[in-house]
Amino acid sequence: MPVVIKTKANVIYAYLKGEIDHHTAPELRNSIDDALIMNETFDLLVLDFSGVTFMDSSGVGLVMGRYRLANSKGKKLRVDNLSERDYRIMKMSGIEKLATINKITEKKEEFTYEKD
Amino acid sequence: MKKINELKMTFDSRSVNESFSRMAVAAFATQLDMTVEEMGDIKTVVSEAVTNCIVHAYRNTIGKIYITCTVFEEGVVRVKIRDKGCGIPDIEKAMEPLYTSLGGDRSGLGFSVMESFSDKLIVRSKVGVGTTVTIDKKIKGKLI
Repeated sequence: MPVVIKTKANVIYAYLKGEIDHHTAPELRNSIDDALIMNETFDLLVLDFSGVTFMDSSGVGLVMGRYRLANSKGKKLRVDNLSERDYRIMKMSGIEKLATINKITEKKEEFTYEKD
Repeated sequence: MKKINELKMTFDSRSVNESFSRMAVAAFATQLDMTVEEMGDIKTVVSEAVTNCIVHAYRNTIGKIYITCTVFEEGVVRVKIRDKGCGIPDIEKAMEPLYTSLGGDRSGLGFSVMESFSDKLIVRSKVGVGTTVTIDKKIKGKLI
């Protein structure tokens, strides 16, 4: 599976893996949306990009689409562990005004690790 | 500029070929010693242009996508991506950030990304005839 879904408290984590383009995006989208539909009680959806090796603007479409879906249910979206390049592409859409987007950093990894 | 090498390839406008085409162009271009960053830039712009051919030019049909990649002695990679699809009626509008003629999960950022990650972008299109996107990328690298 190119995406692993984990639920912890009221947060749904979607760990994306591999390449995101127009060919692979629909499968990722369906897996994430299935998780959102099955869980009505979450408050926050986190899309984790640490396993993403390539992304083009289809990745932005994927994030914006999930933002719209989460927002329509009154839920929040956060994007974690974007590479420098993917962060730059993501910001072209202005998504950072609607959702929190975070670049990958060593500190972030340590923090996430300690939290677990 | 002086050509030192050239690649030509033709493939079907199937989405499974998006990954293949960007990797093939990037692999060919590596003969100019480039940074991982620059290689990533090439992959990204090719992916955007090829996706446009599949999603827009040959929407709901399968046609051929033609790519020419030319490497110049001066350290420039030129990628020409051509289709014989529907063509773009209004190029200026198509190139506006966030504009998309399709709904769904299309971000409308294809041309913006191509512009941002290349040094020169030329789009030529004729309705009913097709579109040619030409991208130049200057290689400053030599870190590999």
